[in-house]
Amino acid sequence: MVWWWAIIVILGTVFGVLAVAALSTMLERRLLGFFQDRPGPNRVGPFGLLQVAADAIKMLFKQDWIPPFADKPVFFIAPIIGFLAVLISFAMIPITPSWSVAGHLNVGLLWVFGMMGLHVYSVVLGGWSSNNKFALLGAMRATAQMISYEVFMGLSLLGVVMTAGSFALSDIVEAQKHVWFVIPQCLGAVVFFIAGIAETHRLPFDLPEGENELGAGYHTEYSSMKFGMFFLAEYAGMALIASLVTALYLGGWSGPILPPVVWFVVKAFLLLCFFILLRTALPRPRYDQLMAFGWKVLLPLSLLNTLVTGAVLLLRAGA
Amino acid sequence: MLGIIRTIWLSFLHLFHKNVTVQYPEVKPYLSPRYRGRIVLTRDPNGEERCVACNLCAAACPVDCISLQKGEREGRWYPEFFQINFSRCIFCGFCEEACPTYAIQLTPDFEMSEYVRQNLVYEKKDLLISGPGKVPGYSFYNISGLAIPGKDKGEAEHEAPPVDTHSLMP
Repeated sequence: MVWWWAIIVILGTVFGVLAVAALSTMLERRLLGFFQDRPGPNRVGPFGLLQVAADAIKMLFKQDWIPPFADKPVFFIAPIIGFLAVLISFAMIPITPSWSVAGHLNVGLLWVFGMMGLHVYSVVLGGWSSNNKFALLGAMRATAQMISYEVFMGLSLLGVVMTAGSFALSDIVEAQKHVWFVIPQCLGAVVFFIAGIAETHRLPFDLPEGENELGAGYHTEYSSMKFGMFFLAEYAGMALIASLVTALYLGGWSGPILPPVVWFVVKAFLLLCFFILLRTALPRPRYDQLMAFGWKVLLPLSLLNTLVTGAVLLLRAGA
Repeated sequence: MLGIIRTIWLSFLHLFHKNVTVQYPEVKPYLSPRYRGRIVLTRDPNGEERCVACNLCAAACPVDCISLQKGEREGRWYPEFFQINFSRCIFCGFCEEACPTYAIQLTPDFEMSEYVRQNLVYEKKDLLISGPGKVPGYSFYNISGLAIPGKDKGEAEHEAPPVDTHSLMP
């Protein structure tokens, strides 16, 4: 890559992710409205699009308050960790063959998982440093939920990695020239998607927030832009999972006629809409149900997926 | 499992349903004639105040938002002042039910917001309307047996002349 193109790509990705995260809050509110037979926010600007700007202004001008009983440095740094972790993960996403910050990195997937591991810290530290019962309970749930779902998330991907023979996301997309991985790896795709929802603690797996029992969960004590960072990180995380599923299972940028970027954006957008549909359709499970579902259903399924894929690959290599 | 997929599908179908929201300031919602909104004081067909200052509405009011003072004019009772404090009113309609003369009525109108709380205290001039409201043609003094100037006992509608009690002797 030429250096100036690299800078353009990096800046474009960062601001693109920020814009997508901000706009997907709008998308979510409008879509939730439509799913519930109401229009959603439609007053500010054309189709209510300026609602995002109004919310941003509100968020920036709210009092930025750190409670006196909080652990101040940790309280301060927690949302930054979460936000940066999600943002850095996007470096690995190959949006088109030419537009990706580090899509060719040979440990791309591992890097993404490392960053997701760091994202747990933001939630845990945020809840811990708040010195608040609700925040602590939310953080505790988040730890267990995110760490255990990361296991199945990684395991469900092994099939894809074995088939493509690479950890680099662009190689994985290239390997889907003939058939998207969602067909041979359908089990893995479903497990990955479910684990992705749990990983970004989106509804229906938003137990760390659980507003009806925990106030606002781990970010109960947060206000202003610190809360805004958690908020943006959640939506950016949603976009990250959508782009990951697109790249890993839905053939990434590949598609007929239209330019690659359009294919990628359309696939990721539809997945985002599906995330929102899940939010509107499904109730939140109980905490033990969530853990039982993870360890008793998703773990065996992802192991089975890995086993069968490995066996098929070995047989094919032997033949 | 199937139930979850069915739920998702049914929620998805709602994308194509019609919105039920009424875009309020541009489109006004339909309010039935019996809607319990802003309270008015009505007049009888002759244009006289119907209110006879009996205080039953104030007694019935659960939040004590009605206050009035009885006055007397040519043998007829009327309110010297009549206040409704709409910052207290809960629009329960008990005053309308208690009213023996159909004077106090609730109307299908709720757009009465104010920036100053004091402006929510409505005086008689704010409450009185020029017509008979929901009950046309009713006039308490034309029906009741009370004698007022211009109408003696026994001259009201559907009223027989008073019985001469002295002639009833066996």
